[in-house]
Amino acid sequence: MFEDWMQRYEYMIELGKSLPLIDSAFKNDDHIIKGCQSKVWLYAHLDSDKIQLTADSDAIITKGIIAILIRVFTNQSPKDILEANTDFIDKIGLKEHLSPTRANGLVSMIKQIKMYAIAYQTKLNS
Amino acid sequence: MKLVAQDISKIREDFPILNRQINGRPLVYFDNAATSQTPTKVIETIVDYYQNYNANIHRGVHQLSQEATDAFEQARVKIQKHFNAAHAHEIIFTSGTTQSINLVANGFSSLLKKGDELIVSALEHHSNIVPWQMLCEKTGAELRVIDMLNDGTLDFNKFKSLLNSKTKLVFVNHVSNALGTINPIKSIISLAHQNGAAVLIDGAQAAPHIRANMQQLDVDFYTTSGHKLCGPTGIGMLYAKDEWLRKLPPYEGGGEMISEVTFEKTTYADLPHKFEAGTPNVCGAIAFGAAIDYMNSIGFEAIAAYENELLNYATDELLKIENLKIYGPDTSHKTAVISFNIVGIHPYDLGSILDKMGIAVRTGHHCAQPIMDFYSIPGTVRASFSFYNTKEEIDLLVRGVIKAKSMLL
Repeated sequence: MFEDWMQRYEYMIELGKSLPLIDSAFKNDDHIIKGCQSKVWLYAHLDSDKIQLTADSDAIITKGIIAILIRVFTNQSPKDILEANTDFIDKIGLKEHLSPTRANGLVSMIKQIKMYAIAYQTKLNS
Repeated sequence: MKLVAQDISKIREDFPILNRQINGRPLVYFDNAATSQTPTKVIETIVDYYQNYNANIHRGVHQLSQEATDAFEQARVKIQKHFNAAHAHEIIFTSGTTQSINLVANGFSSLLKKGDELIVSALEHHSNIVPWQMLCEKTGAELRVIDMLNDGTLDFNKFKSLLNSKTKLVFVNHVSNALGTINPIKSIISLAHQNGAAVLIDGAQAAPHIRANMQQLDVDFYTTSGHKLCGPTGIGMLYAKDEWLRKLPPYEGGGEMISEVTFEKTTYADLPHKFEAGTPNVCGAIAFGAAIDYMNSIGFEAIAAYENELLNYATDELLKIENLKIYGPDTSHKTAVISFNIVGIHPYDLGSILDKMGIAVRTGHHCAQPIMDFYSIPGTVRASFSFYNTKEEIDLLVRGVIKAKSMLL
């Protein structure tokens, strides 16, 4: 059990290092998800009809979490993002990060990604 | 008098929660500054109350109500004696330090006018900043700040320079929650009084380590929370001098706090009931009293000496780790709190990994953002020790930090 979590955290730290980093021009207060524990910057732009996500955080484990989310959600259409099921969080054993006291919590990151998807879907439909 | 290893293992038996396993490891609880653990004696007091004499207090003629009232008022007397207040009615039961401070801030809104000045220290918890900012907005009074120095102590010269005839109130914590700094409250109180200003001391962090003496300190207001010293959450106290309690208007209106009510006019009840509207936390107050009894049975001097031993040991061991920085004063000027970071590692990352090892520490700004801004850091990892902790647990922390460091860097 102990080794199990260690491997998981080591993997998350590795993932954090591979995070597609936000362009420094967008790493500002307009793109921040402020939390009690660590900061997250998240940026989404539309490339043809797919959303591309980049991000950064001042904490490496948080970077790992957001890297997992980006793997799942990036390069997808706004519609697919909005319809995406988030049950995978439980399955990969990240449920504890759903707690509101945790960093920014996965919840607010997912919410932000879905907000971007709503905005871009509206733009595509108009 | 001196607590030795044998005493500590006996004391640990009083705390059932210390047997918990976290992630398959024995719990190492180093978040005592946030909340202390509860001994069986206090848990039994709570159970006994609900099993045997749960009743509403003060106006019941029946037996249970009288028993509950007696126990509630006895708890007040225990707390009065513990803090050496002149009168039992100077102890007001509140939900905790935050409510105690808000009660005083609310009371002062009718006593302040535009241009009056309040002095706060840079070392405060948000709960000793925000209520006063709200008060300033309401009254037009201005907030002045005693700066902190690099070593985590207050700039006393700055304090002296801030005091003037417009100063009405000074509020400072006895001990900083983020750094553990013990502030020179005796001098602060006497200087403020010389200038005609009243003083509120937030004693939330001091109460588990230092037995503050109200009459000796000559303090106007002193606050603490039961859960910081082995009591339950949701109960705390405000000590206020009799003259202030008579001067301040009530905080909340309702039952219990009245003497006579007609639709034309209500007269308020005598002290302390004027400030205890509604059904109070009867069980909490009785358990708070039991917690104080428990801690006194061990003895505050013995507790402080032992905790200091833990603090010195942990400081020495942690400082052996390369690039580990401890914030705040040296161990002779603080309680058993170590607020630290490792260069290049976010406190949240370190805290998350320690948690996986069963080690409970606190990470973040500790509700004291001005201190973090002063050091230009997002937060710290804070390990805070209690008399039921051991050197072996500190060894686990040190090993945990070394392991986490190797994972994160």
